[in-house]
Order: sequence, then C-alpha cells, then structure tokens
Amino acid sequence: MSTATLEPRVHAQRNYLNADYGWKSWLFTLDHKRIALLYMVSVTFFFIVGGSFAVLMRIHLIEPQGALVQPETYNKLFTLHGVVMIFFFLIPSIPAVLGNFLVPLMVGARDLAFPRLNLLSWYIYIVGGLFTLYSAIAGGVDTGWTFYTPYSSTYSNTQVTAVAIGVFITGFSSILTGLNFIVTIHKMRAPGLTWFRMPLFLWAMYATSIIMVLGTPVLAITIFLLALEHLFHVGIFSPALGGDPLLFQHLFWFYSHPAVYIMILPAMGVVSEIIACFSRKRIFGYKIVCFSSVAIAVLGFLVWGHHMFVTGQSVYAGLIFSMLSFLVAIPSAIKVFNWTSTLYKGSISYEAPMLYALGFIGLFTMGGLTGLFLASLATDVHLNGTYFIVAHFHYIMVGGAVMGYLGGIHFWWPKISGRKYPNGWAALAAGIIFIGFNLTFFPQFILGYLGMPRRYAFYPAEFQVLNVMSSAGATVLGVGYLIPLVYLMWSMRYGPIAEANPWGATGLEWKTASPPPTENFAEIPVVTEEAYAYSAEEAAGD
Amino acid sequence: MTDAEAHAEQAGMAHQFENLEQQQEADTLGIWLFLVTEIMFFGGLFASYAIYRWLYFAAFEGGSHILDIRLGAANTIVLLGSSLTMALSVRSAQTGNRRALILFLIATMILGGIFLGVKAYEYNEKFVEHVVPSLDWAPEGQTLARLAPGGLDHAQLYFFFYFAMTGLHAMHMIIGMGLLLWLVLRARKSSFTPHYFAPVEVVGLYWHFVDIVWIFLFPLLYLIGGRY
Repeated sequence: MSTATLEPRVHAQRNYLNADYGWKSWLFTLDHKRIALLYMVSVTFFFIVGGSFAVLMRIHLIEPQGALVQPETYNKLFTLHGVVMIFFFLIPSIPAVLGNFLVPLMVGARDLAFPRLNLLSWYIYIVGGLFTLYSAIAGGVDTGWTFYTPYSSTYSNTQVTAVAIGVFITGFSSILTGLNFIVTIHKMRAPGLTWFRMPLFLWAMYATSIIMVLGTPVLAITIFLLALEHLFHVGIFSPALGGDPLLFQHLFWFYSHPAVYIMILPAMGVVSEIIACFSRKRIFGYKIVCFSSVAIAVLGFLVWGHHMFVTGQSVYAGLIFSMLSFLVAIPSAIKVFNWTSTLYKGSISYEAPMLYALGFIGLFTMGGLTGLFLASLATDVHLNGTYFIVAHFHYIMVGGAVMGYLGGIHFWWPKISGRKYPNGWAALAAGIIFIGFNLTFFPQFILGYLGMPRRYAFYPAEFQVLNVMSSAGATVLGVGYLIPLVYLMWSMRYGPIAEANPWGATGLEWKTASPPPTENFAEIPVVTEEAYAYSAEEAAGD
Repeated sequence: MTDAEAHAEQAGMAHQFENLEQQQEADTLGIWLFLVTEIMFFGGLFASYAIYRWLYFAAFEGGSHILDIRLGAANTIVLLGSSLTMALSVRSAQTGNRRALILFLIATMILGGIFLGVKAYEYNEKFVEHVVPSLDWAPEGQTLARLAPGGLDHAQLYFFFYFAMTGLHAMHMIIGMGLLLWLVLRARKSSFTPHYFAPVEVVGLYWHFVDIVWIFLFPLLYLIGGRY
C-alpha cells in the first residue's frame, strides 16, 4: 500500500457512474453495475417499509393487552412484514445487489451473460413490489407470509390475490437472476480462472442460483394454484371437495425452506471474502467450503417437512425429515469452523466489514444451533409456533443475512461508489446493530421457551418484562440501521476518494479502477493464481 | 479499440462476449436452464395431479372418459408434426436456406394454430356438458352417469386439473406462437446466417419442450383406465 501516494487522483476518469447522467441512462441501462444500484435503492426502500411494520408491532407489544392497533391490524402487520422482508428484501438483497455488481467483475467479464434479462428482472421485481404495496394500501393481508390454506382461501376476505400476484411475479425476477449467474459463471470466466480458483463468493452465488432456478418455479405454481383456489374455490386445497390443505404446505415449503438458503448462502459467501481479507490468509479448507455451499443447496431441498412436524404428516416422514435436517447442519458447521480456523494465527484487523463478519459468525452460530432444537421431533412439538421459532429465524435472517449484506456493502462500498466512508461511524453502527439485535431477539428465545405463541396481538402479563426488552432492543436496532444509511449517502458526495484496492484484497474486482469503468476491464484479465493468495501477495510486496 | 471493431464485424454478437462461440454456448445453456425451471413449474402441478389421481382413481377414470380420445390423439399427431417442422426450421437456418426456414416456421405456426383450435373446441364441449369446475358444474344425463361412481366432488378435482394443466400448456403454446412470429419477421430481414442462428435454436428447444409436456399430458388426462 506504500504506492498509494504515487497514484494520480484523476477525478474526471470515466467510470460507470459518470458515463451518462440522464434518467434514461439509469432506467434503460444494461450495465450490471447500474442495475445493481437500481436494486440497491429498491431493496433499501422495501427494507424501510418492512422495518416500519416491525416497529409498529414492537410498539404494540409493549403492553400485554396491546398498545397500538386492533388485533386485525396486527395480523396484517406481521403478514406484510414477512412478505416484504422475505420476498422483496432478503431474497434479492445480496444476489441482486452485490451479486449483480460483483459476479461479472469476479469472473473477469464485461457483463453478465444476458444483460437484457438482468434489466428485465429488475422491472419484474418492481411490478411485483407494486402489487404488494397496492395490497397493503387496499386493506392488507392477514394470512401470515406462509399463506396457509384455508386462511388464504376459504376464510380470508383480505387482499390475498394481489399479494399472491405480487409474489408470483417477483419469483420470476429471482429465476432470471439465478439463470444469469449460472450461465455467467459457467461460460464467462476469464482465462485461467478455473473452478477451484474462484472466490468463495462466486461459489455461494452459484449454489444460491441453483436454488433459485429449481425452487422458485415450484413456489410460482403453488401461488398460481392458491390464487385459483381463492378466486374460484375449485377445491384443490379444500377438504370439502376432497382436496388436502397439507398439500399446500408441502408445495409451499418445498420452495420456502430452500429459500432460507437463498438468504443465508450469499451472506456466507460475503463473510468468506471478508474473513480472508482481514486475516490476510487463504480460507482454511477452501475446497471443503466450496462443496459445503453446494451441499447446503442440495440438502436444503430435502428438509421441508420439518416445518410440518405438528401437522398431519406421517411420523415416519417426520423421522426422515428430522434426520435430514440434522444433516444440513453439517455443511453449515463446516463453514463456521473453517472461518474460525482461518482467523487462527491470521493478522487480523478490525475494519468495519470485519466487525459485521465476526458478528455474523456469532449470530449465525446461535441461529444454527437453535435450529437443531427445532429439527428434533420432541422439542419441536413444544417449541413449534412459539417465539422460539421467531427468534431462531431472525438470528439466521437478520443476524445472518442482514449482517452479511451490510458487511458486504461496507466491504465493496469503495468499489461501488469510488468513495470511502468514515470508519469510526461504521464501527459504531456495527456495534449498535449487534447489541440492538441481541436485545431484540434473545428475550424472544426465552419467551418462546416459556410458551408465548407467535402471531398473537395479546400476551399474558408475566411476559411483559421480556417483551419490553425486545421492543427496546428494536429501537436500538432501528437506530443502528439508520446510521449507515446516513454516512453512506454522505460519503457518495463528501467521502475521500477510494483507490482501486483500499483493503489490499485479492480478487479480480480489486484489479480494476474504483468505481470500475463501464466495460469493467480495459483488457480481459488472465488469472494465474489461486483465490486468496494473501501470503504470496505480502511476500511479493516485501 | 480493436476489440470493438472485431465485435462489429461479427453480426449478432453482444458486447459482453469474447467471440460468437462463447455467445452460442451461453445461449444454449441459458435455454436449457430455463427449461429446467419449466420442468419444476409443471412438476408442482404434475405432483399434485399424481397425488389426487392416486387418492381418487375412480373419479379420475370417470372424468377421463368424458374427454374425446380421438381429438386428443389427433392433437398429439399435429403437435408431433409441428416438432418435425420446427426441427427442419433449425436445420434450414444451419444450412442458410432462408426460404425453407421461413416456410417451415410458418408451417410450425399453422400446426400450432390447429392444435389450439382443436383445444378451444374441446374446452367449449366442456361448457356444453357442464363439467367446468366451479364456473359451470352441473353434469347431467350420460355425463353424470359416468362421473357418479367416483363421486362428483372428486370428479370436479379431475376437471380442475384438466383445465389447469392443459390451460398452462396452451398458454405456453401461445407464447411459442409469438416467438415463431418474431423469428419469421427476423428471418425475412435475413438476420440469420449459418454462423448465427441461436434464436432459432433456442425457440426450437422451447417448442420441443412444450410438445413433450403434451406427450405427458395426453396419457395422463385422456388414457386413464380401459375404455374399449
């Protein structure tokens, strides 16, 4: 990094941000980097929308009899919170923002294989989002994000159809993204970039894309059948005509359980990049981490029945699903052990992205281990449908996926924006988020274990202390999320100019300018070394 | 900018690719992946069908006997014929025979149109016999006699699957017809050469896939149980 001062700071250098300024150059762009920014703005919007629903819920739950809204409204709040956060924030967050930006850069290509499909996917996402927002304004939905029949078919008089159409449409945007990534990773790698030289982020994106491509169509057909059932009462999920409501749950979870891995695998990819960079070491057991991503993608398709232990599912099916759910914990644990081993004797520096990554490891471990409670039949019967579940999946989705997303944003922000953010503020925000998150969700483990059911607008008075703790934590968490929003926007205009490789990281994305030119690379790079060759680089620098 | 010049020389090549071969490989892999998603899409429906057919076999057999097996068989032949003309279109594109390409594409469209016409007639028959679930469900006379043994409610489930599966298939056919029209228009402008015909190949694969779906739908819906 001693050469940094010698680099000329050419402000007017052509890059993808200043190539053109008109609104058309953004809305009709085929540049993967600009589409990534379109996605970034949109998922941030939906994060704020979904977060507001959560804020209202936590305010409501300060008092045992409910402090704010009618029970019907409460049902709509948790439904829309789930729908917006899962389908419109978590699933597109890392793949569509960081993946879109980084996959072509990391494989050393000029763009994704199908730039038009990429832009189309954003428009599809927006149309799906508008349907969902419309439903929220037109009266909301109260079925829970899982749309279980018959809540969503026979007994619902809310906007189920509009939300179903919204989710159905948005599914195609994630199919297109996944398809684009798989083709790009297969066919557009730079010369010398063999499969086992790829950064782990690419492996994670590849595994995620497989799930998107195989799982999402099943959700689409399920939602399609649900809409038909809701509109025409054709009876496919209605026992009145011999239909089976459980069939809906099977079809729904066949997608929606793997969807959890759509949310967490990309975050794991981000964390691998960050851990390697700030320990200045190659990831321990690189190949095993590659395969563990693929193993999670494959096994993830075989465990959906663990959502249905207390339904009418056969006990033998339950036993098999329980065993398979334990199996999927193995590749997840491998990753945690390998990150920890990478840290061992690394020269660690605690930059802001690293704080998020370390936070991820801790919170994901908590979320993963509590998942084992839910994978075993006997404990699940007690814990199913309680706040224990709520806490468990928030540790994975918020503690895991959102921490990964924020870590990734902080890691690649200099590349994306060409500017640096104030590191002190970033570290402070990471700390606040970590504390706020644990204060919000750890009490919910206890609440659930004591038997407080989820999705109720009221609760017994003895649970008030823990609920108030949780609501207080949510306030801290909310502040933690606002701080990065402010300083990142500030940095776009006032932040110090970032050099091409401010962290001294390996990987092709750091070999081009910050921000990259529209064509990514002046010349297509040739890869001659394995990923994370940190020790080699350090040695060469000496 | 020698790169850009080299790109401009090769018609039909997008800037993100290094050469035409890479683009062709990417296009082919892309359409195969898309077909995988289609298999999963129909798969959810086929799996549900299989469950209910297993649970309510008598009703599904009765429902199947309402369908006109001759129309179904004729449509199968029409669709297989369209797959042949589609394969010939791809071959014509490969050999650079523009006239034959356009002719075979139009022939494929005509056969697709015949299929959809027959399908529309069959749908109409269902309204005549009042076996449209939820919208027009009042089977009577001989129809009722055939459906009664399996239970009318369960027969309604059969017809729901009949409409959902053939309807989704027909929707894919209509999209395919649109794609064929697009190919004809491009072929008239001589967009395709023996080196660049990926769109014809890609649409061809899609068309064959839609055919194969019908090859499964025909026995599943029309040929349940012995009839003759």
